[in-house]
Order: sequence, then structure tokens, then C-alpha cells
Amino acid sequence: MSFVCGCIPIKRLSATPTEETNDAGNLMDFLDEPFPDVGTYEDFHTIDWLREKSRDTDRHRKITSKSKESIWEFIKSLLDAWSGWLVMLLIGLLSGTLAGVIDLAVDWMTDLKEGVCLSALWYSHEQCCWTSNETTFADRDKCPQWQKWAELMTGYTEGAGVYLLNYFLYVLWALFFSFLAVSLVRVFAPYACGSGIPEIKTILSGFIIRGYLGKWTLLIKTVTLVLAVSSGLSLGKEGPLVHVACCCGNLFCSLFSKYSKNEGKRREVLSAAAAAGVSVAFGAPIGGVLFSLEEVSYYFPLKTLWRSFFAALVAAFTLRSINPFGNNRLVLFYVEYHTPWYMAELVPFILLGVFGGLWGTLFIRCNIAWCRRRKTTLLGKYPVLEVIVVTGITAVLAFPNPYTRRSTSELISELFNDCGSLESSQLCDYINNPNMSRPVDDIPDRPAGPGVYSALWQLTLALVFKIVITIFTFGMKIPSGLFIPSMAVGAIAGRIVGIAVEQMAYHHHDWIIFKNWCRPGADCVTPGLYAMVGAAACLGGVTRMTVSLVVIMFELTGGLEYIVPLMAAAVTSKWVADAFGKEGIYEAHIQLNGYPYLDQDEFTHRTLATDVMRPRRNEPPLALLTQDSTTVEDVETLIKDTDYNGFPVVVSHESERLIGFVQRRDLILAIKSARQKQDGVVSNSVVHFTEDAPQIPASNPQPLKLRRILNLSPFTVTDHTPMETVVDIFRKLGLRQCLVTRSGRLLGIITKKDVLRHMAQMMNQDPESIMFN
Amino acid sequence: MSSSIAQNLRIAAVLLVFLVLIDVISLAYADKCICPPYRNISGHIYKKNVSQKDCNCLHVVEPMPVPGHDVEAYCLLCECKYEERSSNTIKVTIIIYLSVVGALLLYMLFLFLVDPLIRKHDPYTMPLQNEEDSEDVRPRVDGSQGRGNTVLERVEGAQQRWKKQVQEQRKTVFDRHKLLS
Repeated sequence: MSFVCGCIPIKRLSATPTEETNDAGNLMDFLDEPFPDVGTYEDFHTIDWLREKSRDTDRHRKITSKSKESIWEFIKSLLDAWSGWLVMLLIGLLSGTLAGVIDLAVDWMTDLKEGVCLSALWYSHEQCCWTSNETTFADRDKCPQWQKWAELMTGYTEGAGVYLLNYFLYVLWALFFSFLAVSLVRVFAPYACGSGIPEIKTILSGFIIRGYLGKWTLLIKTVTLVLAVSSGLSLGKEGPLVHVACCCGNLFCSLFSKYSKNEGKRREVLSAAAAAGVSVAFGAPIGGVLFSLEEVSYYFPLKTLWRSFFAALVAAFTLRSINPFGNNRLVLFYVEYHTPWYMAELVPFILLGVFGGLWGTLFIRCNIAWCRRRKTTLLGKYPVLEVIVVTGITAVLAFPNPYTRRSTSELISELFNDCGSLESSQLCDYINNPNMSRPVDDIPDRPAGPGVYSALWQLTLALVFKIVITIFTFGMKIPSGLFIPSMAVGAIAGRIVGIAVEQMAYHHHDWIIFKNWCRPGADCVTPGLYAMVGAAACLGGVTRMTVSLVVIMFELTGGLEYIVPLMAAAVTSKWVADAFGKEGIYEAHIQLNGYPYLDQDEFTHRTLATDVMRPRRNEPPLALLTQDSTTVEDVETLIKDTDYNGFPVVVSHESERLIGFVQRRDLILAIKSARQKQDGVVSNSVVHFTEDAPQIPASNPQPLKLRRILNLSPFTVTDHTPMETVVDIFRKLGLRQCLVTRSGRLLGIITKKDVLRHMAQMMNQDPESIMFN
Repeated sequence: MSSSIAQNLRIAAVLLVFLVLIDVISLAYADKCICPPYRNISGHIYKKNVSQKDCNCLHVVEPMPVPGHDVEAYCLLCECKYEERSSNTIKVTIIIYLSVVGALLLYMLFLFLVDPLIRKHDPYTMPLQNEEDSEDVRPRVDGSQGRGNTVLERVEGAQQRWKKQVQEQRKTVFDRHKLLS
């Protein structure tokens, strides 16, 4: 194995390819299009991390050396150093603003399905009722300024006809919103559909998807996310918010050439932008940074850590100043109770963890199967119809149950909150002791009234409904996130378990397990805490997050004393879920789409480099270039006949000793520019990669020197290198290809796609599913 | 170049929107205390505009319906909630959002209805719907018009390029299911 560290920087030819009205017709069609200003990579290809790093080092060295020349250059070097922080500030501001707009709009439009506020049309139900002037206690839930549609249209508030009219209008609004969402996505920005996190993970590992983080995608994703969430579908907005934040990051990168011209530096900014996205989605800056570190990013140097934190803080602060929820909190379900938990309660918490793990496995398997069906069968040909049908089914089934009729965030908020003595909802219909005079947050355990039991039935139905419908919703062609539905499933399950434990503790307080820690008349069990733990368990089971999940949950709730239950549930759910399958939902989607993502799992098979390298025995020999005996015409033929991304350069066809590696794109550009600019370069000209021109008779045409585009330090391994090491090299250095030699002679090449295919084969998956290079 | 000017304009518009949002915040805050029935006093809801640190029963419940020694017991039963609303922010946000949606809808209608009528005479233009053409056929829109220098022609050229891009994206996602499935 031979490492040659420190690439020799490849200087780009200063080709000016923009006047592309007609061409000589010699080379590929794609050259006809004007090259983008930024990016030197083709769409759906992987970047060369080492090259980007060395280019950045060059740029920095140049600026540093010039900064000593004059004051102006010094100021420019300072600005260059500070541009990173400025980009983070801008990203935080814009993400916070967009998140605030999304929250306010979702709030309003969700309630628009049911009714409208007459005093101010732009107020949602809660905002409208806050301004109501009811003064008597019995009227504390009445809100005459906010009227449902049936009441507005017919003037009646009760009756079967009114109920049916409300039902019908609810379904109609839901269908209208989702139809609008999917049409906008389809017409303006097809990349705006889905969650976005699997694709961003792949982009951050070095893949290029042009247009995925573009301005139209940003606009359409923001607009359609509001519509999709408001239509009552079982999806959340956290994943798409990460995508939105990364689009903002990309947008601001284009303002600074330090980031726009360097794909490696750009990905540092995108990692920080992802942290800002989660930060505004959950109101959890630290959790956002940890999420970016754990789930989304591939390379996360310490410098990015500090910058991500800054971006997340700025975003959270901006969102707080917009204050979409009226209580200076960032998330709708911020709870803040401090009732202690008891050791014996760890048993139900661990049970909730097991439930979370099982549900996670079930969800991943079913969702991937459904998405695969969408990808391969007739279902995928009717995306608009699919969205409309799913929305219709969701709305029709959700309206009768009051727990599914309201938005999922409100449901989670109600489940997380403990019942005060003044709550009038069905879930809090406890039988109050009339002589009770305890303060509102230390209410002893009470027996459940009939309202609680009917609420439990409805919650169970809601649980089943949500479990089933989310499988079909996630992955549709509208922006859809996964966090809120998972948390809802977990919260419902947790609350049910919590109420069960609470009633058991009340009615059987003389059992051994309760006697030690639960006196009658004390506040032992907090069902809201069980809901939180359940939510964490389910979210962990689906995404397999660990640290970031716990930090997000306790930043959401402000309860540092609940770290141990949350950790217990998260760890249990991860263990249970990992027993059935190693991948989280995002890795599973990456695998489904065949993205070239080399994950961090260990490769433990005993294969060697010879087993993976190309060409195999029955394949045509390696396409090579020699250092000074190929003509321009040969090169062009080679390019036309093959579609390899690069070609090794050897001394000669006989000795096959390796000189270097040249990229396809560089070759094409260089030859095209040489034909246009240099005199005497014709098809018969010899191409040489050596320093001096070869000895040729004077009558031959002028040779073409292409040493500048040659990478003189390609990575090589010997044929007996274990694949374990090769995979490690690819992963740690971000290589695209690696050459295989034996005693100095070139044998073959291993590309990233070959590595991925080999890993898939070793895991008994379909190696042909790796689509991209 | 026009694209960088358009880009800078868009960035400026976005920042302007965000600044407008911050500027129009006119806060309205209120504290609401709900007190249940106590002995022979019926329940009541009290509202008062106080700051967050004054949001408790003693400041908000006025006039206090119980004599002095009972105040503490009464106040323990009351639940006080603080809320801060900026109605201008909400109004401006909703209006901006609805106008953006309306503009997109109008543009979509324009692309579907008006554009094909305008471009009926141009045989090189590709319509908005997906076609079954192979990848190698790329009609040379630029070639037929030469190099457009006027603003209108540049805008048209940019629009054509954008439409082509969106069409490619649509093919990748919806037809070939290569991405985002």
C-alpha cells in the first residue's frame, strides 16, 4: 500500500467556454451548454475532497502572502477570514425568519379548515380566543368571535346537518391544500418533495445534485410545506426545515467566492446550516448542532462545530423575536413541570422504549416496501392522484376523532401537558375532590372520570390510525417530515401507559411496588412525562438518534431531571430496533435510492483489492493513456467510446508503469481549448504528459502538452491490500477512485461505485441498485 | 451578468421582507387569570395588560373578591397565563404568504394557458409537459435566436433554460424515479 500524501494542486485551465453557439462537433454534446460559473463537477458525481482542500489551502496561502503588501490587501484578508462568520449570521437570520413565517402560516391555515375568526381574519383559533372578552368561569372555553364554517354559512351550531357540513368543508379544504401543494411542486420545483434529509446526507458526503439547494427549491419548499402540513396529512415540518436551511446556506455561499468556488468549503457551511434548521424546528440549538454532527454531516471538523452553534443560536434568536406562538417559546409543546419521577417508573419507561423500537422497525420496513412499490410499479405514475387520495382518506378518517382532527403539534402539546385543576378537556376529566385546595401543579392522583376512559378509547384509535397512515404518507411527492408523526405515536402510547400506571397507583396503592413511593394523596405519576418518554422512544426507534435525541427532548421540555428516563427509553428503543435491522429511516432511503453514500459502519469481510478492482477477467482491458505516444484523435475516440470518469496515464503500453491520473472533464476542456487557441494542433498531434516534448521529426504536427491537468499523485494500493483498508481509505479521505498496482505495474482501478457495490453484495443486497457514481 | 443581478435582487428582497417583519412588531401582551368557583364566589376570568414578571394572581385579579386572609388560598387555585402577541406581525406574514401563493398560482396558470399560445409559432420550444423524447435530442434554442442582447431576449433565454432545468428535474424525480423516491 502506498500513500502519497499532499496532492499536487491541479491548476484549472482558464478556459472560457461560454460562447457556445456552435462547435466543431468533435466532442460530447454536454459541452454545448454554457458551463456554470461555479462548480467544476458534473451533476450526480462525487467531488474530490483532497483537491478541494488543496485548492482552498492555495487560495489561503495566496491571500496571506498578499496581505503583507498593502493595507488594502490586509483588510481583504481580514474580510476573507470573517466571511465565514458573516455567512453563518445570514443563514441564521434567514432560517429563523422563514421558520417563523412557516409557523405562523401553518397555525392560521390549519384552523382555516374548520372555521374563521371574524374579528380579525388572519387570527388562528387560539389567537382569536385569546382576545375574547368572556369573563365568567363557565364560559372560559367559549369563543364567539371564532365561528366554524357551518355556523357562518347557516347560522346553526348544533345538529347532524351542521356536523356533516363541517365535515364536508374540512375534507374540501384539506384536498384543496394538498392539491395546490403537489401541483406547485410538480410545476416549479420537483426537487422540493420528500423530506430532504437523505439527500442532504448524501450531498454532504460529497455528492453533487444540481438544483437541489436552489432558489426555486427554497421558495417552493417553504410555500408547499405550509400547505402540506395545513392539509392535515400525517407529516411534520422538521426534515423539510433542514432542507430549507441548507438552501439558505447554499444561497449565501454564492455571495462569497471562497465558498461558491470550493465544494469542500461549501459543505462546511451546509453542515452548519443543517444545525440551524433543526434548531428552529425544535427550538433546540444544542440539539441542532448534535443532530447535524450525528445524523447529517459526514466530515465535521471542530471549526464547523463552533460555527454551527453560532448559526443555530442566531436562528433560534431570530425565531424567538418573531414569536410565533405568543409565549416567547420556540416550540408549541414547551412544557415545564418539575415533578420528580421514581425508580420504579423505569419499568414502564423501558417498556415504552421497547414499543418505540418495535414501532420503528415496523415503520421502516413497511415504508420502504411501499416506497419501493411506488418506485417500480404503476403507483409511481400518478403522484398527484396519490397525494389527493391519501389526503382524502386522512381527512375523512381524521375528522370524527377529535384527537386527530386537530393538528399533530397541538395533539402532542396536549398530551405532554399535565392536567391542571381547571382543565376542561376530556382527557383531564378526573373526579375532583371538592374539598381539595392544593395549588395547581401539585394535584394528587385522582380517579379517572368517564371522560378519561372515552378519551383513552379515542386515543387508541388515533394511535392505530396514525401508525397506519404515516407509512403511506412519508415519501409522497410533497414536502414531508417524519419527526412530528413519530413523536405523536409515541406520545399517545406514552400517555395511555401513563394514565394506566396512574390509575393503578391510585386504586391499588397498597401493592408492594407502589407502597414505597406513592402515598395516597400525593402526586406520584405524571402521565405527561410518560408521553414525553414515549415520544423520545418512537423518534429514536425510527431515526436511531441517540445523543441528539436526548438533548433535543430536554431542550424541548426544559426538564433536566428527566434525562435519565429519556436516555433509558432512547437506548432501549435503539437496541430493540437495531436487533431487527441496522439502518435508520434515512439510511434506508439512501439505500433505496442507490445514492453513493459510504456509511461509517465497519467492513468486516476478508476480501482483497483484487476481488473488487476493474477490469474483471471477462472485461475489456483498462483504458489507458500513455505519457507520450497517444494522439489527439486517439484521446477523443477514447472519450467518445467510453464513459469513464478518468484515465490512468502510464509510461507505455508495454511497461504499464503508472505516471498519474487525468480526469475526463479536464481532458475534454483542455483539448477543446487547445484546438481553438493553439496553432498547429490537429488530430494527429501527439499528446504528451511529460515535461519535455518527445523527440519527433519536424514534419509532424506540434505536440500538445497536457501535463498541467495530470494528477501526479493518484492514490494507489497493491493488489493484496485488504478491502477493509481500502474502504477505510475511501471513507476517511473521500476518494473517488483508487488505482491498484502490483510491483509497480498498473493492474486496475477501484471506484467508489465498485466499493459500494461490493459492500452491497457482501450484505446480500442487490449490487445493481447502486445507481450513481 | 443578469443572473447575478437577479440573484442579488432576490437576496435583497428576502432581507427586506425579514426586516419589515422585525420592524412591524407592535407587541400586545396580556395576562389572563382563570379563577374557579371558591366557596360562594363564582368563577371569573381576569385579564390585564401586565409584563411577564407581574403575571401572577396578585397583580391581575382586581378587585380581589376575597378578604385578605383568604387571598393566598384563593390565588393558589387560580391559573395565570401570559401571552404576547404581535398582531401586525401576524397580519403582515399571512398577507405576504398569501400573495406569494397567489403569484405562484398566477404564474402557473400563465405557463399552462398563455405561454403555449404565445409560443405556438416557435417550433423549437419545448412545452411544459413531459415528453417522451430521448436524451440526445436537445433543440438548439440559442442557436435559432443567435445571441440575444436585449433585456427581453435575455429574460426569455433565462426562462427557457429554467424550464429545461425543471423539466430535467421532473424527469429525474417523477418519471425515472432516480431521486427522492
